[in-house]
Amino acid sequence: MSEIKLEAKEGIDQDTVESVKLLGEKYKYGFSTDIDMDYAPKGLSEEIVKLISEKNSEPIWMLNWRLEAYRRWIKMSEPNWPMLRYKNIDYNEQYYYAKPKSLKKRPKSLSEVEPALLETYAKLGIPLKEQEFLAGVVGSKDGEDRKENNSPKVAVDAVFDSVSVGTTFKEELEKLGIIFCSISEAIRSHPDLVKKYIGTVVPRTDNYFATLNSAVFSDGSFVYIPEGVRCPMELSTYFRINAENTGQFERTLIIADKGSYVSYLEGCTAPMRDTNQLHAAVVELVVLDDANIKYSTVQNWYPGDENGKGGIYNFVTKRADCRGKNSKVMWTQIETGSAVTWKYPSCILRGENSQGEFYSVAIANNYQQADTGTKMIHLGKGTRSRIVSKGISAGKAQNTYRGLVNIHPKASNSRNFTQCDSLLIGNKCGAHTVPYIENKNNSSRTEHEATTSKIDDDQLFYCLQRGINEEDAVALIINGFCKDVLQALPMEFALEAQKLVAISLEGSVG
Amino acid sequence: MFEIQNLHVNISEVDKKIIDGINLKINPGEVHAIMGPNGSGKSTLSYTLSGKDGYQVINGDIKLDDESILELEADERAAKGIFLAFQYPIEIPGVGNLSFMRTALNSQRKYNGNSELNPAEFLKVLKEKANNLNIDMEMLKRPLNVGFSGGEKKRNEILQMALLEPRFCVLDETDSGLDVDAMKQVSNGVNSLRSDNRSFLIITHYQRLLNYIKPDFVHIMAKGKIIKTAGPELAIEVEEHGYTHLLT
Ligand SMILES: Nc1ncnc2c1ncn2[C@@H]1O[C@H](COP(=O)(O)OP(=O)(O)OP(=O)(O)O)[C@@H](O)[C@H]1O
Ligand SMILES: [Mg+2]
Repeated sequence: MSEIKLEAKEGIDQDTVESVKLLGEKYKYGFSTDIDMDYAPKGLSEEIVKLISEKNSEPIWMLNWRLEAYRRWIKMSEPNWPMLRYKNIDYNEQYYYAKPKSLKKRPKSLSEVEPALLETYAKLGIPLKEQEFLAGVVGSKDGEDRKENNSPKVAVDAVFDSVSVGTTFKEELEKLGIIFCSISEAIRSHPDLVKKYIGTVVPRTDNYFATLNSAVFSDGSFVYIPEGVRCPMELSTYFRINAENTGQFERTLIIADKGSYVSYLEGCTAPMRDTNQLHAAVVELVVLDDANIKYSTVQNWYPGDENGKGGIYNFVTKRADCRGKNSKVMWTQIETGSAVTWKYPSCILRGENSQGEFYSVAIANNYQQADTGTKMIHLGKGTRSRIVSKGISAGKAQNTYRGLVNIHPKASNSRNFTQCDSLLIGNKCGAHTVPYIENKNNSSRTEHEATTSKIDDDQLFYCLQRGINEEDAVALIINGFCKDVLQALPMEFALEAQKLVAISLEGSVG
Repeated sequence: MFEIQNLHVNISEVDKKIIDGINLKINPGEVHAIMGPNGSGKSTLSYTLSGKDGYQVINGDIKLDDESILELEADERAAKGIFLAFQYPIEIPGVGNLSFMRTALNSQRKYNGNSELNPAEFLKVLKEKANNLNIDMEMLKRPLNVGFSGGEKKRNEILQMALLEPRFCVLDETDSGLDVDAMKQVSNGVNSLRSDNRSFLIITHYQRLLNYIKPDFVHIMAKGKIIKTAGPELAIEVEEHGYTHLLT
């Protein structure tokens, strides 16, 4: 009798194992590219900071800025308040700078470009003409492919390990006075702008990971939209960690001058490796009077395998400063990757009637852990914020929403609305909601709604009865659950995100 | 041909036998009605036929064209042409009615080796069928069944049936909650689908529906068994005298 029972149990476990295995194989971007790399020596010291600065040919003020951050960082310790558990990171076992060697001298045609690099771009879905450009081919013009077939234009900046390898559509943007380039280039060619704004939204002293980033950031994107200009295309950065044991510390700075508008998207992938890799980025958005920034993220860093081995540690500080009156920021994030995610894109609503919105889908499967949310700091009068967070947990994953809404005594007639929904798949995962709400002004209002639900068997059966298979049915129901957030993405990426949501949960039901 | 042979069903959750030996043979083109007191197992039968998890067949068989379908998953049974119009249609927030129906139709077409319809082709087919049932486009754009009135949900079930063109249709109390006009529209919808190679199993409490949809046979179900089978006149008898005299 007991033997029969055991067999049945094993049968079930085997099923689970199979489906989870299948899922592990689904990480589409898990290739690594064999490219001859130029590394800085392992570990972190003032020498390394100097070397990074020198490799980027930076002015002395920038080096000093970094060194001050570094000296501060060595006195700080890692935060331990998030609901995250991970192995101690040995900061001296990491490389802080890696650059593909072939970028040193510019190739003359695609045939001279390291094929592995091109392959990487192809796998990332970057069009051929833009691949050529990104690979730095002399005389290549970007974007022609897209113009011909009328598909929407997207200007791309690609960051490969530590360095930006090129930006497309630059000339077209320059005609409008828009600057879109790597931050290292901006430090060299637009030092006044960088100096004026860098570190003013996320100070160097802000937190452990932001301070580390300030010391060692190697590249990232820089955007400036001049007064009254509406950026005519999506701006996009692809980040990719390729080299082993290399931390990626990119820094993004976007300035939307008065009355301007820009929509910006970042996408992230990394190869499958069984060691953990560190990613600590800083994003600063400056929004002046009547300006509007839409910032979307599709984060698909390698999440680790089905046993929780490997994967990216993703510690990111993202903040928008709505300095001007009527300024507006909208953060949209689809977080499906990374072993550990620690990320709270925030809005400081300083300007009168400024607005902040945060739309988030965070998916955690297998052993993934996500502690993510937002902060809405209402300082100005008539400020409004809206938070829509959808957390999905499957496997043995833990998903925490952590949100702060703070209405300052001077922020009269302000409003916040928070909607926080969690969906659980299976019974070994967890969802946690940690809202902090502080309202210090009587004329202001906050609203908070939270739900936790499971995938409903009756919904699933209804789909099956119409002929939809289980996997598609789950994807359908989950995409329905995330609808409000997916809709907030730029159209070009909504479909991709929808597929990604389905892929990252494949095999998690049944 | 659809055949139910000596069917016994347990509901696993409570380990309770609900269907207790049912035999039923439904030839192509036939319409069978099932009536019976509340809790006699009519919905349980419909779920079992369509393959819902938790409805455990402990004895007997269900056959479509002489082949057992017991081993087939619910979605495979659907693709083979078994359709259930639910007594209580399910709401799925955020999933558009239109895109749900297109996914369903294309899943079935794919399973059966047919090409999938693109959105334009699909819309053309759907519009025509929706017109016949007096369903406007507004309803098709809303999330599936969310906030639909009882009658709208039932009409939406029949629309899906018309779209998927199944071979064997089970209607579980589709007439409950319909006003007189909706009842006529739904009946017309069903009647226009009647054909030589399609059969129906209609579960209802009211004889009135059977005035519009003429059944070939009426079965009375009680306590998981079919206790009487006759022609349409049996429905009139039930309407007039209730079930009590049949049960004793
Ligand atoms: N999941 C379940 N758990 C426990 N009992 C159940 C379950 N599902 C059905 N039953 C029981 O099985 C019996 C048959 O239910 P069923 O829904 O099939 O009846 P029905 O004939 O469709 O009734 P009605 O005319 O009210 O729709 C009822 O006694 C019901 O309580
Ligand atoms: Mg019933």
